[in-house]
Amino acid sequence: MKISFSPEDEKFRAEVAQWLTQNLVGEFEQLKFRGGPGDEHMFPQARKKWEQKLAQDGWTCIGWPKEYGGRGCSIEQQVIFNEEYARAGAPGHVGHIGEGLAGPTLIAFGSEAQKQKYLPGIVAGTELWCQGYSEPGAGSDLANVKTKAYFDEAKGKWIISGQKVWTSLAHESDYIFVIARTNPDSIAHKGLGFFLMKMDQPGIEVRGIKQLTGTSEFNEVFFDQAECDADDIVGKPGEGWAIAMGLLGFERGVSTLGQQMQFHNELNQVIAIAKANGNDKDPIIRQRIAEAHVRLKIMRYNSMRMLSDEGDGGLKKEALIYKLYWSTWHRDLGELAMDVMGPEAEILASAPYNLTRLQAMYLFVRSDTIYGGTNEIQRNIIAERGLGMPKEPKIQMN
Amino acid sequence: MIRDTAQAFLADVSSSSAIRNAMASEQGFETQIWQRICTEMYWQAIHIPEEYGGMGLGYVELVIMLEEMGRYLLCSPFFSTVCLGTNALIVAGTAAQKQQYLSQICQGSLTATLAYTGNNGRWDADAVQATVTTDGDHYLLNGRYRYVPDGHSAGLIIFAVRDEGSTGVDGISLFALDANTPGVKRSWLPTMDETRKQAEITLDQVCVTKADLMGEQGKAWPQLNKIIQLATVAVAAEQAGGAQQTLDLTVEYTQERVQFGRPVAGFQAVKHQAADMMLRAEVAKSAVYYAACVAEEALNGGPLANELAEAASVAKSYCSQGYFSNASDAIQLHGGVGFTWEYDVHLYFKRAKSSELFLGNSAYHRELIAQILLD
Repeated sequence: MKISFSPEDEKFRAEVAQWLTQNLVGEFEQLKFRGGPGDEHMFPQARKKWEQKLAQDGWTCIGWPKEYGGRGCSIEQQVIFNEEYARAGAPGHVGHIGEGLAGPTLIAFGSEAQKQKYLPGIVAGTELWCQGYSEPGAGSDLANVKTKAYFDEAKGKWIISGQKVWTSLAHESDYIFVIARTNPDSIAHKGLGFFLMKMDQPGIEVRGIKQLTGTSEFNEVFFDQAECDADDIVGKPGEGWAIAMGLLGFERGVSTLGQQMQFHNELNQVIAIAKANGNDKDPIIRQRIAEAHVRLKIMRYNSMRMLSDEGDGGLKKEALIYKLYWSTWHRDLGELAMDVMGPEAEILASAPYNLTRLQAMYLFVRSDTIYGGTNEIQRNIIAERGLGMPKEPKIQMN
Repeated sequence: MIRDTAQAFLADVSSSSAIRNAMASEQGFETQIWQRICTEMYWQAIHIPEEYGGMGLGYVELVIMLEEMGRYLLCSPFFSTVCLGTNALIVAGTAAQKQQYLSQICQGSLTATLAYTGNNGRWDADAVQATVTTDGDHYLLNGRYRYVPDGHSAGLIIFAVRDEGSTGVDGISLFALDANTPGVKRSWLPTMDETRKQAEITLDQVCVTKADLMGEQGKAWPQLNKIIQLATVAVAAEQAGGAQQTLDLTVEYTQERVQFGRPVAGFQAVKHQAADMMLRAEVAKSAVYYAACVAEEALNGGPLANELAEAASVAKSYCSQGYFSNASDAIQLHGGVGFTWEYDVHLYFKRAKSSELFLGNSAYHRELIAQILLD
């Protein structure tokens, strides 16, 4: 297994690190270590400006092909970029849904006209995207979407009505990609379409969801006769599910080391507190800190193995367990942070409900084991795809 | 390639009945199978340098072999000979000792082991309790060792001893002795896990010469520590293989076992436990493969060489827990038959515990990590 990167890749790493050191200054200084998961609602405008700063020197969409404005970077280089980005404390990418989801989908499945229309704005960091998948009745059972789409011949437009939920960055976004039912009689994953919609229109309303953190990164998005152009459907009506799931195939683990760098920073904060308040002498806390360190180390080794592995018939078992592994690790870290802080863990930064960074982490990690496939769904997927155990029975409700 | 060859051979020689035959013997392995390993497969020479007749491969290849041996529960003196004895010779042996003993190991005519833990059952430097005193040109060794893998059958034993009155990492020396040296008394210790045999060894006024000393008297802790760390990676590799095999046995059994009119593998309570088992097996492998790369650099040079202590403890702490959890879940998911002597699951369950306890359990290795992080 690969345990280190090539000299060329290390040269690339130095280039990235140098650029970040030189540019993450001045007005962007305040953004350091901000805007990541659990903090995505912070500084959206300043982060958009930062996105454009990155774009000026070609540091957005680096994994995209050059013909679409990317750098054509290898998987290894993308991993390195994300790792250095996190090491420098550069802010959470406000454009990450366009860069990581909308753009790659259009590159793979979009028409030439769609690519020309939408990709440049993503690369330039001027147009932000959000994702319209989950609904109140379509969480783990994502295919159960009820949002409907029909084609209005007179207007020559698609008309969409329904509700999406858990939409991060919806109020900052210029566009949303939506799966909606084009065939009203269809069920489950059949009869869905994949639509590209402008957010700023009368038929779309965004409402923040107040989370248990007291903040609102996630939103509800209501569609009431909202419109998009005839050519803003990706693929054909009925192909929406395949296109939406096609995105999952793009997840090559490029963000894993960057994510782990953030975890590493959090664990270091916990260790610093333990050393300061003397809990580093408590034998049980010592065991738990060591356990967190052990599992974070192996998380990195697992990612390096993902990078080296050609896969057995396309299936990388170490990739299949990754979400369940990191989400559980992060949840445990939240609990460890509280126990290391002791009674001080309760004291807020300020009223009315302003959390410290570790308090915010402790509370926000409760979502890690839920979003993007709950731990229970992950275990189903692991058992069925990884171990060939029987699929969950389909029960028809009448 | 190495893995495929190993699997094919082990499936043949390490069947359930072969394992049970070996378990029932005091020696703990079938001589004929060990000879086939040494002469047909040449596995015992896998990472011995070519100048001594070895294959000259690295720790990465060795770890693949160990993972498969752990999966197939091979009963053999491979671990003691290769991962204790050979490593000790490579790390600390004199030129003459390497020439003599490594060549014999390559030929398949010598097995070996390491004895360092005394009655106190520790795994750090304080484990060494036996003593050495100087008597003119000779050395006199005295003391008692326990938990020595294959100590009653090995031909060569590396003994760790300390200068009288010394403590901790000070005053430790290593000697390589023929097991039949006068004054060396060995006895088999019957164990709950019968797939790996242990022995107690007493040294009573054992008189040896400078030719038997490995390196410098009283200064051998860094070498012994490295030997222990290399062996720790090896145990973790066996554990990762065992974690995988207990999962495979469980998936196979639950697919066959029908209750309530369907295979029990279809029940979500079963699937989710199996999924957790797969997570542990994969994470264990990731830890071990990395540690193997580090061990390779620790033996043959490279920038990661100084990570050995951490990588070994990371791997052993995770793999010990992972294997034991998988083995205990395997018994549970096998239901009643998992509680029988007839099914093999209990063999893995017992091996999981003995390998967890050997060279320090998870908590021991977490404390070593805590010392690196916090002290």
